[in-house]
Amino acid sequence: MKTKTFPHGIHPQEFKETTSNKSLQPLPAPEKVIIPLHQHFGSPAEPLVKKGDEVFMGQKIGESNSFFSACVHSSVSGKVMKIENYNHPLGNPVPAVTISNDGKDRVFPDIKEQKDPLSLNPEKIRQIVKDAGIVGLGGAAFPTAVKLSPPKDKPIDTIIINGCECEPVLTADHRLMLEYPDDIIKGAELVRIATGAKKIILGIENNKQDVYNLLQKKIYTFPLEISLLKTKYPQGAEKNLISALLKRAVPRGGLPFDVGVVVQNVGTVKAIWDAVAEGKPLYERALTVSGAGITSPKNLIVRIGSLFQNAIDYCGGLQDSANILVMGGPMMGLAQGTSDVPVIKGTSGILAWAEPEHITEHNCISCGRCVTHCPMGLVPTQLMKYSKLDYLSEAESRGIMDCVECGSCQYSCPAGIPLVHWLRVGKHKITDLKRKKSA
Amino acid sequence: MTNNRFILKSSPHFKGKDSVPKIMYAVILSLIPAIAASFYFFRMRALLIYLLSVSVCLITEAVFLKARKKPMHSLWDGSAIITGLLLAMTLPPSLSLDIVVIGAVVSITLGKHVFGGLGDNIFNPALVGRAFLQVAFPVAMTTWIPPVTNQINTATYATPLGNLKFQTAAIQGALTPLKDLFWGNIGGCLGETSAVALLLGAAFLLYKRAIDWRIPVGIISILTVFTGVFWLTGPDKYASPAFHILAGGLIIGAFFMATDMVTSPISPLGTWIYALGIGLLIGIIRLFGGFPEGVMFSILFMNTFVPLINRYTRPRILGERSTP
Repeated sequence: MKTKTFPHGIHPQEFKETTSNKSLQPLPAPEKVIIPLHQHFGSPAEPLVKKGDEVFMGQKIGESNSFFSACVHSSVSGKVMKIENYNHPLGNPVPAVTISNDGKDRVFPDIKEQKDPLSLNPEKIRQIVKDAGIVGLGGAAFPTAVKLSPPKDKPIDTIIINGCECEPVLTADHRLMLEYPDDIIKGAELVRIATGAKKIILGIENNKQDVYNLLQKKIYTFPLEISLLKTKYPQGAEKNLISALLKRAVPRGGLPFDVGVVVQNVGTVKAIWDAVAEGKPLYERALTVSGAGITSPKNLIVRIGSLFQNAIDYCGGLQDSANILVMGGPMMGLAQGTSDVPVIKGTSGILAWAEPEHITEHNCISCGRCVTHCPMGLVPTQLMKYSKLDYLSEAESRGIMDCVECGSCQYSCPAGIPLVHWLRVGKHKITDLKRKKSA
Repeated sequence: MTNNRFILKSSPHFKGKDSVPKIMYAVILSLIPAIAASFYFFRMRALLIYLLSVSVCLITEAVFLKARKKPMHSLWDGSAIITGLLLAMTLPPSLSLDIVVIGAVVSITLGKHVFGGLGDNIFNPALVGRAFLQVAFPVAMTTWIPPVTNQINTATYATPLGNLKFQTAAIQGALTPLKDLFWGNIGGCLGETSAVALLLGAAFLLYKRAIDWRIPVGIISILTVFTGVFWLTGPDKYASPAFHILAGGLIIGAFFMATDMVTSPISPLGTWIYALGIGLLIGIIRLFGGFPEGVMFSILFMNTFVPLINRYTRPRILGERSTP
């Protein structure tokens, strides 16, 4: 079968076979959960509860008035112990609600099933998605309600459901598609209704042939097409996926809206279906706990606010050699200093392995591999030099802000140069400068 | 129990297996057949020149790294060894050893460290050293001896390209046979004579993807077209493209010197421009220039254009065309 793909990119070793055959299983809810009020792209949520309050499972405990934000819900039933700053996997501590779990999982009384979810109007679907606190579960945690509200002048014709899971090691999306195919397809249909698009394309890398065969039987009468993509990193990067499936190029600095597309991760559409059909807000998610440093790797469904350590313990604990802990995939994931951090909505994986302490860095020998592999068509080595030298306007005109930090350049760099680090530094310098100018 | 023993580093956390030393040592490995061939054709002289050139390059590199307070691991990244080997391979076997030393010192100093060391040099270091010697010792650099395997008892001897240029060999029908050019039983620089040994190494490099195939392909095809046109119009006056490809330093230049990553363009389009430029210049110099051979000057000349080529052949950013 002919598979679609994008130009450039890399083929890292996948290590997916460790967990790709392991069913998703729920991680038992811990004795207490620590739910950060800021887990998403946009403004933080304000707490709706206070110390000592009794909360239900699925009860809204944080909300913001801002459009670019997402509500936060309790993932257990119990009592609010405290609301104060706690470690956060994205870096700085943020206010978090600690809830002691009474173990009863008493569901919030307002949560009830919807009789005919597919007959709802777009406005209603958007409202439910917003109230359910759904964000992009691929990792970026962009508020989904915003993505479902395209500007009036930018009509959407195609919904792309991202089932690539191009990051090595991760298999949670793979399992979701195998175990909840109907929910995902119906969730995708809800997205289509909400945005007024004509058709849905579900893109899967060809290392998940089993999913492709299964979903082909499940199309029913939906305007859905399952498309097989080459297994290549970063196939699931939004702009590359659009280019692979539709041959459309999102303008520099633009959004998929600009080319009439909305991209949603499979986990996100499953969450949308759960929210609309069952009234269930986003208080748990699927993730992969894996890597050579995890004793018995698993795919888990984890309550938001469980600690990384809870998930690691459930998977047999850490190997003695493990010296790196990463949230997300090995290409774009964030290294964690401690396992005392809560699982948030954007946690697609918890990985641990033994990392070499030091990589010898050589001078750039202009081999050009960063250029051949960059999926965005940049010259990373040149941008790295601009960033080091503070040549910010050159860096900007040569596309440093277009960098998606996928890491393909650094992966292929024989000189061991931390290219992504330097590009990030350059991007930060530019945004800082702009902020100062506008202030 | 909480664990806090983790290292913090910026993503990506996976890394491909290739490294600068691996690339460099692949190049060194690929040169072994040609080096072996030069031992066979020139015996002890070859060994002496190789040893001297490589060790002087390493010593000079070490002195510069020390003086510039650079990490010493760079000494063993293989680049200085390659410079030493390539320089030796492009020297006449009869060259006196003190000139070899001068060439090696110049290669590393003027060719590499005055620009800032590996990665920042504009010109191929070995060729800078060779060009210096060509200008400073023009007679010594153009005096050739026959290979030991060739039973001719003369003090001096001409290279196939020298014959073509100065003895009008093509008109007299006295061109060196292609068979000799292929196996290397001819006069010429230490490591450039045996085409088959060089091609063996080149095949390995291409297989390892340590060199960009576009460069040799570009150089050889444009040279074939250029010399082919003249050969077809006057086969009695001009040598065939096959002769031009196998003779002189074309193979070693196209596969081992023009392909130096540092001094060749980054993008595929730039690489084509660079390769075509080298090939065309070689043809022009060989056919119409004052020198019998033009590989060295052509490569050095195109090296100077690499920054400019890189500037104008930048790849298109995704979405650039559709950006308003």
